[in-house]
Amino acid sequence: MKTFEYHKPSSLDDAAKLLAQADAVALAGGMTLLPVMKQRLNSPSVVVDLAALEDLRGIRENESKGVVLGAMTTHAEVAGDALVREKLPALAELAAGIGDAQVRNRGTVGGSLANNDPAADYPAALLALNGSVHTNKREIAADDFFAGLFATALEEGEIIRHLHFPIPEKAGYKKFPQPASLYALVGVFAAKTNGGVRVAVTGAGSEGVFRVPELEEALGKDFSPESVPEKLSDGVEEKLLNDIHGSPQYRAALITALLRSP
Amino acid sequence: MSDNGHGIGAPVKRVEDFRFLTGRGTYTDDINRPNQTCAFFLRSPHARAQIKSIDAAKAKSAPGVVAVFTGGDMQCGGIPCGWQVTDKNGEPMKEPPHPPLAKDKVSHVGDQVAVVIAESLSAAKDAAELIAVDYEVQTPVVDMEKAIAGGDVVHEEAPGNLCYDWELCTAEGGAKEVDDAIANSAHSVSLRIVNNRLAPNAMEPRAAIGDYDLASGEYTLYTTSQNPHVIRLLMGAFVLGIPEHKLRVVAPDVGGGFGSKIFHYAEEAVVTWASAQIKRPVKWTAERSESFVSDAHGRDHITDVTLALDAEHKFTALKVQTLANMGAYLSTFASCVPTYLYATLLAGVYTTPKICAGVKAVFTNTVPVDAYRGAGRPEATFLLERIVEQAARKLGVDRVELRRKNFIAPDAFPYQTPVALQYDSGDYHSSLEKALAMSDWEGFAARKKESAANGKLRGIGISTYIEACGIAPSAVVGSLGARAGLFEAATVRVHPTGSVTVFTGSHSHGQGHETTFAQIVAEKLGLPMENISIVHGDTAKVPFGMGTYGSRSLAVGGEAISRALNKIAEKARKIAAHLMEADAADVVFANGEFAVKGTDKKKAFAEVSLAAYVPHNFPHKSAHDDGEGLEPGLEEQAFYDPLNFTYPAGCHICEVEVEPETGAVTVAALTTVDDVGRVINPMIVEGQVHGGLAQGVGQALLERAFYDDNGQLLSGSMMDYTLPRAKDMPPLSGLQTATTETLCAHNSLGVKGVGETGTIGSPPAVINAVLDALAERGVTDIQMPATPFRVWSALQEAGK
Repeated sequence: MKTFEYHKPSSLDDAAKLLAQADAVALAGGMTLLPVMKQRLNSPSVVVDLAALEDLRGIRENESKGVVLGAMTTHAEVAGDALVREKLPALAELAAGIGDAQVRNRGTVGGSLANNDPAADYPAALLALNGSVHTNKREIAADDFFAGLFATALEEGEIIRHLHFPIPEKAGYKKFPQPASLYALVGVFAAKTNGGVRVAVTGAGSEGVFRVPELEEALGKDFSPESVPEKLSDGVEEKLLNDIHGSPQYRAALITALLRSP
Repeated sequence: MSDNGHGIGAPVKRVEDFRFLTGRGTYTDDINRPNQTCAFFLRSPHARAQIKSIDAAKAKSAPGVVAVFTGGDMQCGGIPCGWQVTDKNGEPMKEPPHPPLAKDKVSHVGDQVAVVIAESLSAAKDAAELIAVDYEVQTPVVDMEKAIAGGDVVHEEAPGNLCYDWELCTAEGGAKEVDDAIANSAHSVSLRIVNNRLAPNAMEPRAAIGDYDLASGEYTLYTTSQNPHVIRLLMGAFVLGIPEHKLRVVAPDVGGGFGSKIFHYAEEAVVTWASAQIKRPVKWTAERSESFVSDAHGRDHITDVTLALDAEHKFTALKVQTLANMGAYLSTFASCVPTYLYATLLAGVYTTPKICAGVKAVFTNTVPVDAYRGAGRPEATFLLERIVEQAARKLGVDRVELRRKNFIAPDAFPYQTPVALQYDSGDYHSSLEKALAMSDWEGFAARKKESAANGKLRGIGISTYIEACGIAPSAVVGSLGARAGLFEAATVRVHPTGSVTVFTGSHSHGQGHETTFAQIVAEKLGLPMENISIVHGDTAKVPFGMGTYGSRSLAVGGEAISRALNKIAEKARKIAAHLMEADAADVVFANGEFAVKGTDKKKAFAEVSLAAYVPHNFPHKSAHDDGEGLEPGLEEQAFYDPLNFTYPAGCHICEVEVEPETGAVTVAALTTVDDVGRVINPMIVEGQVHGGLAQGVGQALLERAFYDDNGQLLSGSMMDYTLPRAKDMPPLSGLQTATTETLCAHNSLGVKGVGETGTIGSPPAVINAVLDALAERGVTDIQMPATPFRVWSALQEAGK
């Protein structure tokens, strides 16, 4: 790790100012940033730790009865929170299945979404639940937020404050882990929302998380494992990753297998 | 001789575990020398490139930098190989130079190009980024079959990338006789088997500290080694030219090795040499990503095998043709692993009369490949147990019965195999029958039905294996090309008050020697464990040693201790006889007491040891040393050179469940029955088996060091290289380990060795189980590791 300037601002404005400097990065849980800094793959000159920003903490219900997660909420907090477990059990389960205990105690929902790792779990939840990202500047709908591998709609110096999740009628998340990393080789989040069925896939896409209209259509008719087609169209396979852990065909098969499994 | 509860056969808790489990161990990285510097190695990002120039000027003047060295600075010998294999035409193997720092070219990703020595590690890393290396990148040689087909070569010294083309044919008529036997047999079955390349991943990464003492002219190397004396020999004699009395090698606590810490590595030579250049200690510790591209890998064979059977299904002949990857340079044991530790095991536990094995050792632009837990024997066992299984399926006969029919009979020992080895003892039927009963082999059909009801495919697989341990008779290995002897040394020092320190040339890297060896002392001298210390891992303390590998510590090192203890007991008996004014022949020694037969005269061991060091009343030697009488003191040494290898054998049975939609394999049960000879500590034996099984499951289902066509290691981190986790093992209720016992016939302890049974016996049992599960869907073959992706792909292919 190279030397860098470390700041821990206590107001959102200060944080934004610090992040406006050249070569500055925000530090949330550090589960991605710290390893890449140690490996010298990223050597920022300024690190702005968001840990002291009270505004980024907490879990609450909003006026429209949805769940609001502060960006700095850890996976362990999401997994163990009574409100989340009651309103969004699928999200609590997703959080409980991330990494290991150490990662869940450090890693944050905001950090995961801002990083948009193509194999991270939260992007699938945000997209399938039609959630939204509330920053220090604006509100961004899930459909507009993800912009390819490790890329999002966030601008320089823009900080996620909260994540809003509307409550679906029914939802579930399943993942098949990549054997080594235990990240999602394929993760599928399916939700029956008041705006229709939404299915989001993480881990598999060569451009990161994506929705699968043909599955949404099939599940829209009947939200049950039996209505999932055995095989996806070639159009879906074309979007999928090919690496030592699986071909596009395998990943496509996993998407349907996960949804079809009871 | 002892009934104190700590002797041979007692499940004594490991005395070393308190310090290991509470963070009180001393590993190499825990050692810091006064005025120490930090070393960082700049490594090649390319698999194959010429080095046109290196400009280190900026790095040398960077803040905190003490020195930067490149290959041109270091005038020394190359890293040697310990075994000279002669090829089938009588030519010595090709040994291309292996400079500790690259000179004109780099030959694998991770090859050492320069070392930066600085006041801090981060200063060294910063400076390394300032070194400008002008590489002329070349097309690397990665695939073994392409490597020997002509074209680019890794080294000019090895045309066709061949290190050697070696053959072990026992039939008098050579390969042709075996070919004819196969052609004339009623049945034959063939397979192509890829034994996957593994990255060892000891929990403790390698580390080394070179410490040159300007006052005495002595060098000390602290290193993560399984065999400090071997490192002293290889580095002192071959690389740096330092005589033994000026070179001390210390290997303190070592956190796992699995073979990867046998070998002498470049970093050890560089820090030792550099320490004398800058006259300060130099410390280097590998990071995990460095380990992946600089620790010697294991396995990596491609083999074509044919087994022939007569009309009664007795094996008639076996032909094996293997390509063995050496990587870019010959590591210490590399040349011996796919020859003497592999082809000699191809009889297995069977009576196959004619065997011919041809082995081509191939250089590639990859990390060197060398011994990894099992070393050669897992490769031999895997191909045998796969081809036997395949034969049973092809002929439609019971796979257990086919094995029984071809076993070497219990009364056939000593049994001379057609591939050089002579098995001294064994009983393959009894371990097989015990394992079948323990695993409820007969009840499998019901369990399969239950799995099917849940949409799962269930399979059961078996492997009956043998291995050769306790390497090895020096005269034998010398005739095979070993450049060192393979005896072991032990010194037993009895202190005046009767406590004992044992100095052993074996060196634990996690096996629990401090407990097992102490139990031998407790047994033989009747002492409590707390009166015994085991010292190892320091050439300045231990007289000599060849180290720990090939499950040799107990069979060779333990036997050396046992023999030194016999000498102690014998001398002490004479002293006791003198003290009790009795004839030595009338003195018996049991439970730590000497007694005169038929009297109530007794002397405790501590009284005798005190007399040895306070020899006021003592049977002193006469002035002319006429052979009678004794010297004061009570310290004895033994060098033990074994008469034969030892031959642990056994039966492993695995049961798996496959989820057909995803290809995921779950190991439902593992049953092992191993004959490791006499068991000194059953708890340690069980632990060794458990660890080995985890690595066996790892090889079978999870692990693969995978190079792409550019010679880049794609599975070069824990993110892509799958090590076994607890969840990959069966639940404890499904993990059953047991032993049978036939004693080794040529060591007094009767021990054979247990360190590698798990990695040798289990991979074919696991794969045979997977194939048994997939058989109903038409899958007939699968390579290791049987990852979910591979299993799913095999199912798709078979379903077409």
